[in-house]
Amino acid sequence: MNLTLKIWRQPDAVSAGAMHTYQLADVSPDMSFLEMLDVLNEQLNDQGEDPIAFDSDCREGICGMCGLMINGDAHGPEVTTTCQLHMRSFSDGETITIEPWRSDAFPVVKDLVVDRGAFDRIIQAGGYVSVNTGSAPEAHSVPVPKDDADRAFNVATCIGCGACVAACPNGSASLFMGAKVTHLGLLPQGQPERDERVVNMVAQHDHEGFGGCTNIGACTAACPKEIPLDVISQLNKDLRTAIKHGH
Amino acid sequence: MKGARASRTTIALKLGMAVSGFIFLGFVLAHMYGNLKAFAGHDAFNEYAHHLRVLGEPMLPHEGALWILRLGLILSLVVHVYCAIVLWRRAARARTTKYVMKKDTGATRASLMMRWGGVTILVFLIWHLLNFTIGKVNPSGGATNDPYLLMVDTFDLWWMTLIYIVAMLALGAHLHHGIWSAAQTLGWTGTAAKRQRAKVFGFVIALIVSIGFSLVPLAVLAGIITK
Repeated sequence: MNLTLKIWRQPDAVSAGAMHTYQLADVSPDMSFLEMLDVLNEQLNDQGEDPIAFDSDCREGICGMCGLMINGDAHGPEVTTTCQLHMRSFSDGETITIEPWRSDAFPVVKDLVVDRGAFDRIIQAGGYVSVNTGSAPEAHSVPVPKDDADRAFNVATCIGCGACVAACPNGSASLFMGAKVTHLGLLPQGQPERDERVVNMVAQHDHEGFGGCTNIGACTAACPKEIPLDVISQLNKDLRTAIKHGH
Repeated sequence: MKGARASRTTIALKLGMAVSGFIFLGFVLAHMYGNLKAFAGHDAFNEYAHHLRVLGEPMLPHEGALWILRLGLILSLVVHVYCAIVLWRRAARARTTKYVMKKDTGATRASLMMRWGGVTILVFLIWHLLNFTIGKVNPSGGATNDPYLLMVDTFDLWWMTLIYIVAMLALGAHLHHGIWSAAQTLGWTGTAAKRQRAKVFGFVIALIVSIGFSLVPLAVLAGIITK
């Protein structure tokens, strides 16, 4: 495959960036998207150019580190992460536009790398369960209904990649927060901190500069883990309940 | 953010939009019912309009019940527009560098039109109030003291009917996304089945409202409703 790549280049967080065009020949359709970028970087190295900076870690779709806006879709045209996207999803001669996540809460560090520290701070604000240290309690002492356990598990698959924010026309992180609030709120261990959790997480979300949700659904379409919109309903319900409880 | 206040969050603003939006929905359905009285003729339509003004008398003063309803609507409008402006500004600040290429995969057209569609409806509302309530402007220059005649005179002009039809399309699109979105904001759509039901309900109500309101202007233009 021969490709034309339009890629955002930005030397550092403070300098202005621009789209650059590169030609890449002999791309195998079996390559992953990141392998294709690796090949491009080898070519750039040989030419004495600075390689393109992009994030990746596990390259098996479970860590949430990689994430690129590819032809206007977060993680590209398939429901998966960028590392699990393969070049067979594109056609020979295609022009591919590659940009970093665009969100003022995710500042660009370099080229395609963004700082997703805002997600960590949202988790620190309430996305946890406080437990006393000591010996682990007997697991069977706290029964969890099967349906709740399944649903909690399904939404706990959120890897925090930020595709929901990248895809959202409002730049909202509601799907991410909803996944965390639903996951912990469905389990008995999450109950004592349930009200403070949702209020503190949403307040941190707003403080970081994410936008509000208008229930468009672009987030769930972009989510590589297919987190459903239900979680945003749960998030809203938990916040409404917290207001009722005087928070 | 430790010790944050729930009422200061974006979700609280969304709740404000949802509740005020549902108040508007109730009003719009009642308004549509009143409009359809036009098919029952001059007297039925004018009696209905008159009855709204004497509703609750003598317990309430003249137009008392009407003003209680109007105050509720004015308050809802203030809440709805205020929350919309704050949320719009937050969304604009959340992405100051735009994408070179962005698809809205998974989004309906109606969901992307909410803000400008809402502005369209607000501009229309101002004209509509000038036309029939505050100013009683008769665009064809006829009588303004008879609600039925004012209505027929207005919609006898094809371009006035067109303006109203465009406004009802904007309202229909707004309700199509707004009703389901409000249900989601209020936390009523916690499963895939409930979400689907809310979307279907929103679409059906949007169709009923936009068609129901468009029937009277179109009937006037077609000569079915006449002086």
